Amino acid sequence: MSKLKIANHNPGRKLFSSKIATVVVWVTTVIWTIPTLGLLVTSFKADKDILNEPWWVSLFNPHFTLSSYKGVLFGGDSESLSNGVLPYFVNSIVITLPATIFPIVIATMAAYALAWIRFRGSDFIFFFIFALQIVPLQMSLIPLLLLFTGGAHIGSVTVFPALGIAGDFAGIWLPHTMFALPLAIYLLHNFIASLPRDLMEAAHVDGANHFKVFRMIVLPLSIPGIAAIAIFQFLWVWNDLLVALTFASGTEEVAPINSKLASLVGQYGSGYTQLSAGAFITIAVPLIVFFSLQRYFVRGLLAGSVK
Amino acid sequence: MSDFLSVNIPKFTSVFSAIGMFFIVLAVLFAIAGRANGKKARPIALVIFLAPSLILLLAGLIIPAIRTFLFSFMNPDSNAWVGFDNYKWMTEDPNVKSIMVNTILWILVVPIFTAALGLLLAIMLDRIKHESIPKSLLFMPMAISFVGASIIFKFVYEYSEPGETQIGLLSSVVDFLGGTPKDWMLSKPLNTFLLMIIYVWTQMGFGMVILSAAIKAVPADIVEASALDGASGWRLFRNITFPMIKGTFIVVLATGVVGALKVFDIVRTMTGGNFSTNVLANEMYSQVFVQFDQGKGSALAIVLFLLVTPILIYNIRSLRMERSHS
Repeated sequence: MSKLKIANHNPGRKLFSSKIATVVVWVTTVIWTIPTLGLLVTSFKADKDILNEPWWVSLFNPHFTLSSYKGVLFGGDSESLSNGVLPYFVNSIVITLPATIFPIVIATMAAYALAWIRFRGSDFIFFFIFALQIVPLQMSLIPLLLLFTGGAHIGSVTVFPALGIAGDFAGIWLPHTMFALPLAIYLLHNFIASLPRDLMEAAHVDGANHFKVFRMIVLPLSIPGIAAIAIFQFLWVWNDLLVALTFASGTEEVAPINSKLASLVGQYGSGYTQLSAGAFITIAVPLIVFFSLQRYFVRGLLAGSVK
Repeated sequence: MSDFLSVNIPKFTSVFSAIGMFFIVLAVLFAIAGRANGKKARPIALVIFLAPSLILLLAGLIIPAIRTFLFSFMNPDSNAWVGFDNYKWMTEDPNVKSIMVNTILWILVVPIFTAALGLLLAIMLDRIKHESIPKSLLFMPMAISFVGASIIFKFVYEYSEPGETQIGLLSSVVDFLGGTPKDWMLSKPLNTFLLMIIYVWTQMGFGMVILSAAIKAVPADIVEASALDGASGWRLFRNITFPMIKGTFIVVLATGVVGALKVFDIVRTMTGGNFSTNVLANEMYSQVFVQFDQGKGSALAIVLFLLVTPILIYNIRSLRMERSHS
């Protein structure tokens, strides 16, 4: 992109005057931000105040409290959430870290092999993996769940040594890893294939084998690409509902916070304090990632947008 | 608190030992395989680098996709063939008809609004100072899960009985404008459109950001040349700028179609698919995990696959092509 001449005179130039543009953009930005602001303000209100006073009135009549957060984090105030959301928050971290690291490492290895250990059929395999992106998640759910619960009749016992991983953390890491691979391999392949050939050849001449080249040259040089894809995968897993509902039972032992939040919505008697504070705790992590790593975030999201 | 620690410390130990084991196994494999010399070195390396991915893809995507296809011709428990019954059910059941109508509404309305609004804002962002602040605030909802976004809008769409304080923003605004607030989630067909707003709210930023990049990449000399020829304003945009970003615009539209087809979290969280808001992806989940009918669920998954495939192929192709040119 940087090689292109960036337009000094903006193409959209005379379509809108910059005054109109400024007003429209900022009004839209305010409208776009208000719903999130509403949730944030609501989450700092006492339970009895939420229904009696709209949040925008409370802004000018502040009597905020952390009681919602205390109740939601540590629980105790209702049956549906007796231990609070903290265990589910922990589950989300426990699910997300391996479900990000495993597919990225495995995909980087495959991408290296397809790019730099050429063999007959490597083009075909690469194209095939690329094409697998069109298989929607929904196509795999039922058979994969049957495989985890009922064992494998197709001789994959060696692939899944611990059958009965349904409802276990491993039973969530594995589907996330599988579903992430086609896109991750494709994107990383593009990145790794564009590394300088001379560098690889020089290393091989010096006696380095593929494993050494991978560790000493490919990994360090691929960090920017890996970071962008890792952030996308992290957010994908953290924000996922479908895989969590299918492969994690809704229990405190394994269910991630996003799916717990979804189940709170439907439950009778789960108050607004729980919903507002719980929702804010859930979206806090992706928002922190967004605001602190925005550059990588945008790159990863754009690359991964077809998933 | 001690309860909390005793429950959760094992979780962290298990996650760190899993990650640790993963890297130890890799390191050991690398070390052993790295000692191989001569003719065998290359094939061994190939297997170690490639086999994990291929096995996982085979077990996780390829075989399951084939089995789902077979299940779609079988009974709820997937142990007897029923021919095309599950597909026939789709054409006959009135609920499925309403689901299909809603799904079509989603794929017509959502992509157009997401892309058009994204384009409008991209053009305007190009014209203002300090564009990075509004840009990042408009893009921010993309970081929020659909469940989180749904809860955010649950508060916006909240309705109270007449006489009570309206704490929902929508009800208040309607009240203020002299209208009568109603229970929005029960009002068909308005409720479906209110759900679509949630989707547009989260995804508009994507279209805006990539269209904004496309607009900035239009070469300045082309625009200048046509400006010298007297083109300006709307004509300049229609004849010069838009044709040059048309590819990106279609990609944004297509991404919207695929996203709208797969929408599940929003409908499930907001209405559970009730009140005539149900869509394909949510019905697929309900058939399998609520009705326990793997046959119908699989058939719905196949329909989803058939609808998504052509758009996704087009989308992946052009997005990649664009990226390889820039």
